[in-house]
Amino acid sequence: MVAPQVKFEIRDLNVWFGPAQAIKRLDMEIAANEILSVIGPSNSGKTTFLRTLNRLIELNVNCRVSGAVELEGKDVFRIDAELLRKKIGMVFALPLPLPLSIFDNVAYGVRMHGLKNKDKIKAIAEEALKEAYLWEEVKDRLAESAFKLSGGQQQRLCIARTLAVGPEVILFDEPCSGLDPISTAKVEDAMLKLKEKYTIVLVTNNVKQAARVGDRTAFFLSGELIEVDKTDRIFTAPRDKRTDGYIRGKFG
Amino acid sequence: MRKLKEFIVEKLILICGIASIFFVVLIFLFLLKEGLALFKFVKPLEFLFGKSWYPISEPPQLGILPLILGSLLVTLGAAVISIPIGVGCAIYIAEIAPARSKEVLKAGIELLAAIPSVVLGFIGMVTLVPLIKNLFHLPTGLTALSGSVMLAFMAMPTIVSIAEDALYSVPKSYKEGAFALGATHWQTIRRVLLPAASSGILAAVMLGIGRVIGETMAVMMITGNAAVIPQSILAPVRTLTATIAAEMGEAVVGSEHYFALFAIGIVLFIISFAINVTADLCLHKKR
Repeated sequence: MVAPQVKFEIRDLNVWFGPAQAIKRLDMEIAANEILSVIGPSNSGKTTFLRTLNRLIELNVNCRVSGAVELEGKDVFRIDAELLRKKIGMVFALPLPLPLSIFDNVAYGVRMHGLKNKDKIKAIAEEALKEAYLWEEVKDRLAESAFKLSGGQQQRLCIARTLAVGPEVILFDEPCSGLDPISTAKVEDAMLKLKEKYTIVLVTNNVKQAARVGDRTAFFLSGELIEVDKTDRIFTAPRDKRTDGYIRGKFG
Repeated sequence: MRKLKEFIVEKLILICGIASIFFVVLIFLFLLKEGLALFKFVKPLEFLFGKSWYPISEPPQLGILPLILGSLLVTLGAAVISIPIGVGCAIYIAEIAPARSKEVLKAGIELLAAIPSVVLGFIGMVTLVPLIKNLFHLPTGLTALSGSVMLAFMAMPTIVSIAEDALYSVPKSYKEGAFALGATHWQTIRRVLLPAASSGILAAVMLGIGRVIGETMAVMMITGNAAVIPQSILAPVRTLTATIAAEMGEAVVGSEHYFALFAIGIVLFIISFAINVTADLCLHKKR
């Protein structure tokens, strides 16, 4: 087996919001085509970590960043932010369909980036919906409002919308926190399939979800990375007692 | 004892509530009674679409078309000026301005709303009117355009503050979603924020226009008050409001002229009412 290609390299990353430090001296690598699960109690910096990768934290006025985040060897803070966010898609905790039809939701990003050819848009949208495991359920009702879909379908629609833009990495920010177990399973299936083509970083509050889908799992606590390792190892023989405690539900 | 107090307070509040509605109804009924009396002398269509307003000639000619057109022209001009500037300003305050200048700007806009209209009219008279006269080589600067510019200033605070509220209350997650798809700031504003806030912005515009059409003092001072059908925006006009304000003092109580002024009041009332209802519908419309 060849050594996996490194997608992200993070060195000595620190993030502050005003006086509070949200991420402390983080060093980590993320390999291409892996699913990295990030777990940890609330306020542990895991969402901040995710939002640093696509620079969404820059929407916060009082945030400060030091250290390096490299995407395939290129400093993300020097790449044009819009271009970066095209390469790094993001799916949020709450499904966020726009008040448009199902089709227009998926085509939204593509159109925004300037594609006009209708056949191409159609092809891209269909492909994205298939990849998000939604095509079969919606192919006959593409013109309906996206609000008519169930919560789980809406979330997969958001995944499709992200995929349509053509990213290389997809960040999931607690994507199943509002979904029932069956919808959750469908989103997880989609993720497992997606890792063949994409690199996935999954922030989750659901420890079991991390165990189910993550190739590797990282445990954050109070802004520090406590440990990161192969998922089975983290869940069977963690090196740090705090990781063990969190996984067994002793705190957090 | 406590129950009695409770009872008295409740009834007092009830009386206050009823009183305000009662007075509005009373005013409206009075307006209707005095205004509708006109139609014993003049047919409604002749009144609305008559081309000449000579209330003290013998017999009086009471056609308010020139006045309606005057009001519409001034209002339209004010809308054309104030809507783009007002909405643009709202976008700037809500989205682009750094925190500190945001506060200063908002306070400034509210200050603009606090200027009495007679002062605005006065300032317009000594600054804007000569400017327009010289700029377009007109015999007089007292034109519809002058009125429009001044009224745009009066509509702006309403438009800016309500539109800014509407933009600000768009859920933050919409914005993040758009950014996460790789949208630029402007794309996010144009394709996500503006559509999401559109009903609120529309309401802001309607309320701004409502304010303009009911405004009296400033327009009376600077639009020239010529009751003829306006040929261009650079001609003097007279508005519905200015007509009532200027002539009510001289009209003989009980004369056709007197009733006609009340009938103008009804017309104004209907226009303002329609605008406010539209604004209300926009504001409460769910997406």
